[in-house]
Amino acid sequence: MTQLCPTTTYFVYNALLSAVFAKNIGRFAASVAFEVVLLSAPRLKIENLFCERDERILFDQLCFDVEAGEVVQIEGQNGSGKTTLLRILSGLSRNFEGEIYWQGEPVQECAESFRESLLYFGHQPGVKAVLTPEENLRWYASMHPTIDLSKLDYALARVGLTGYEDAPCHTLSAGQNRRVSLARLYLSSAPLWILDEPFTAIDKRGVAEKEALIEEHAAQGGTVILTTHHELAIGDRIRRINLDQLMGTS
Amino acid sequence: MSNIVTKQAEQKLQSGAVKVDGPFWGALKRDLLLSYRRKSDLVNPLIFFLMVATLFPLGVSPEPQFLADVAPGVVWVAALLATLLSMDSLFRSDFEDGTLEQLLLSPQPLFMVVLAKVLAHWMLTGLPLTLLAPLLGVMLFLPGEGMFGLVLSLLLGTPTLSLVGAIGAALTVGLRKGGVLISLLVLPLYIPVLIFGTASIQAAITGLPLGGYLALLGAMLALGLVMAPLAISAALRISVSG
Repeated sequence: MTQLCPTTTYFVYNALLSAVFAKNIGRFAASVAFEVVLLSAPRLKIENLFCERDERILFDQLCFDVEAGEVVQIEGQNGSGKTTLLRILSGLSRNFEGEIYWQGEPVQECAESFRESLLYFGHQPGVKAVLTPEENLRWYASMHPTIDLSKLDYALARVGLTGYEDAPCHTLSAGQNRRVSLARLYLSSAPLWILDEPFTAIDKRGVAEKEALIEEHAAQGGTVILTTHHELAIGDRIRRINLDQLMGTS
Repeated sequence: MSNIVTKQAEQKLQSGAVKVDGPFWGALKRDLLLSYRRKSDLVNPLIFFLMVATLFPLGVSPEPQFLADVAPGVVWVAALLATLLSMDSLFRSDFEDGTLEQLLLSPQPLFMVVLAKVLAHWMLTGLPLTLLAPLLGVMLFLPGEGMFGLVLSLLLGTPTLSLVGAIGAALTVGLRKGGVLISLLVLPLYIPVLIFGTASIQAAITGLPLGGYLALLGAMLALGLVMAPLAISAALRISVSG
């Protein structure tokens, strides 16, 4: 009896261990398979993009790939088509020729899953002036299931809007309005961020925090495509695409 | 201390503070809240509706017999124009502050979101107009037998007006001056609703069965409910793509 007890415990322990191990093996295999699929196709692939506006060619035969964990900064003068390019990539604008692939699939064919993975920060912050910051984010969450509202208080605190939860947005400053919209970055689990001038009207500390957030997102395997006239203090992950040079060489 | 904080967080979770609305309810609640905060937009069409009814007898003739004859048409035309007047603002402010872009980038079905927006618009224009219409009927000496037809025809007709008008609003939202264009685009499509709406009131006054007219109005509403959100969604994508 005294001998049996440790043996049974041993067997039970062994069985448990192997079960946990097997489960982990399964999970590991699944994640490896997932990674392989992901790795085989770039996250976002742009092929021969052509866009013309008011009889002026903004870009022609524009090709680039964006991988997971990359930060891509689109550069160019005012009017060089940065915003237009971001609107095309996000699927808002259809005035272009060429192909865009999301994880190996043409983006038109996987529009829903693409939109699920996308967080877009546009020229206009997308904040209703008569609603409070909290109401604005709640509405956004009802439209975008990737938003985790349980972190709402945390996100508002991080963008420095604690105490303004119940103030209508028209009583806030321009920078604060943009911060309401930027709070989405703390709530969203979307892998692809497309940010059009996210730092406009944001103070220095806010910019530094957002830079850190962008870097962290990329480090976790996220992808960020952004435009800014700011010198980004993000390490070696960043890649720059200059629209002026592209037009100069072609 | 930390215990208290987690407890509070738990209570918040349980009380549904982090509950997320579905796309339909989210959009409907937001639009109703927006109009509640901007009440002037709310009363504008109603005041227009009332003004037409008050000025008409002054401008044409205060004769009760004459007014009773034209009352169905006047009330319906006023309701139609009041709806048209309010149509331009349906997507305008969303377009200007960028929330329309976020709405179009949502993975949720745009059909439901658009339907919720039109429903909110109807609840704030068409429904009050319908409720106010009997008062206008009395002011214009509409015979008592016609009241039933008046309310029912407006109840079935005004949602159709909102749905069709929203197509025009979606098509013109990207343009700087869309107001005039909406009227031109939408007015021809409003005419059938107007014809069957006034005809059903006339039928009610003369004691004829009005089921046929109401059935036609209902059929137009059913068609609008199914088809218009598709057209509105497509039109919004084109307008934002601009």
